[in-house]
Amino acid sequence: MELLLQQVMAGLATGAIYACMALAVVMIYQAIDHLNFAQGEMAMFSTFIAWQLIAWGVPYWVAFAVTVMVSFVAGVLIDRVLFRPVQRAPILSQIVAFIALFSILNSSAGQIWDYTIKSFPTPFGHSPMFGGTLIDTHEAGMIGVTLAMLALLYLFFRGTRLGLAMRAAAANPESARLVGIRVGWMTALGWGMAASIGAVAGMLIAPVVFLEPNMMLGVLLYGFAGAVLGGLTSPAGAVAGGFAVGIIENLAGTFIPVFGRELKLTIALIVIVIVLMFRPSGVFGRRVVSRV
Amino acid sequence: MLLEVSGLNAFYGQNQALHGVAFSVDEGQMRTLLGANGAGKTTILRAICGMVRVTGNITFDGRRIAGRATEDVVRLGVAHVPEGRGTFLRLSVEENLRLGAMTRKGKAEIAGDIERVYVNFPRLKERRGQQAGTLSGGEQQMLAVGRALMLRPRLLLLDEPSFGLAPLIVEELFAILRRINEETGVAMLIVEQNAALALELAEHAYLLETGRMVMDAPSAVIGADESIRRSYLGY
Repeated sequence: MELLLQQVMAGLATGAIYACMALAVVMIYQAIDHLNFAQGEMAMFSTFIAWQLIAWGVPYWVAFAVTVMVSFVAGVLIDRVLFRPVQRAPILSQIVAFIALFSILNSSAGQIWDYTIKSFPTPFGHSPMFGGTLIDTHEAGMIGVTLAMLALLYLFFRGTRLGLAMRAAAANPESARLVGIRVGWMTALGWGMAASIGAVAGMLIAPVVFLEPNMMLGVLLYGFAGAVLGGLTSPAGAVAGGFAVGIIENLAGTFIPVFGRELKLTIALIVIVIVLMFRPSGVFGRRVVSRV
Repeated sequence: MLLEVSGLNAFYGQNQALHGVAFSVDEGQMRTLLGANGAGKTTILRAICGMVRVTGNITFDGRRIAGRATEDVVRLGVAHVPEGRGTFLRLSVEENLRLGAMTRKGKAEIAGDIERVYVNFPRLKERRGQQAGTLSGGEQQMLAVGRALMLRPRLLLLDEPSFGLAPLIVEELFAILRRINEETGVAMLIVEQNAALALELAEHAYLLETGRMVMDAPSAVIGADESIRRSYLGY
């Protein structure tokens, strides 16, 4: 029983990483209706900006705030400069553009900051919590920040006119234009918000996986998995999905000896595939109800 | 003149759908566009709202709007209830209404207008929290009209409001449209398959055939002309 609890807690800690990233994935999915393969690299690049600021002596929270804002602007610019011209192009052209963005960000980060592993500070410290080794303060902080971002997003989308306009623009662009919504700017705003959330995710993840240009490769994959499992239309579902991937991974690694440490992520992905076979729009994903 | 259209051509890719169409709608007027399937009625509404490539002149309240972006035309006070109603199916009834007022300011005024829509369409009030996709066809059409009215438009474009509705519902809807026109003075341009109904509602009708305007006359004149009714309107 104690082992189970331990593994669930450890899973929550890893899951927080995935949940954070899954939130950024859902954000962009809401805005552009498909996935952005460069999302992880955008987050990584943001994290390097924060690292650079801190290295120059800027206090952590100032660097944090500046990075979030810079990332927002960069996200809007990526939409206007790169994504907008290819928006109506076939999906494959868009994917090529994303892959280009991916490798541009990856190699310029390597060029500017080189590929050596850097440690990244955490404002929460790394002391154990509840007098044990189950979870440390950084991991608890990461879970807290993820849940806080989720709550803010919920309030924004449910409680504000701008949030409603963004939802409408994503769900039905043509009708949104017919009520006067500037759909192009809503998409840009979605990119900005996704980039900001990704930046927060990157800064929280970096103290755990260490900072280097390839840090997000695995994280993004499991962030995607978490988002798909929870449902790409539901921010809360994505966060829950991210945590679930972390927990399943840990439990499978511990309790199914055949899989062990090496295959634990594989089993997590297998579970996801099985879930999706029965619930194609994810556990919390909403299917559109319509009458004909 | 509120809306004035002349020499209007519209294109879908290489295909020309409208050929030099001219017509007008003045403040508070109700006019209808009639014609067979594919005559270009819907294209005219789409052309006004910048949803199709056009050449020629469209002026709204003295401003040239041909080729302007849809959202800019809407912001001038043109509300469009499109084919298929354009409902946000996943959002609630009330959210759909709020979206109609997206370009307006003033919380209290908007709340008041939502209540006014509920007075016109009491069934929407009962279903205010429900996902719009779960409404019946008639309720969805009423929601679409309600959403369009939330803009406080000066011109309301209606594309086949009777489509797919039971006759009783259609009668109810058209009575409400007439009342709204009398109360608010909003001008309406209505595209209809059901010519008899449209001629009853509108004072003036335009008849389209394969992208060309073939007749422009008061509804009473068109309705009384048996040969036109037989050959164009099918009743």
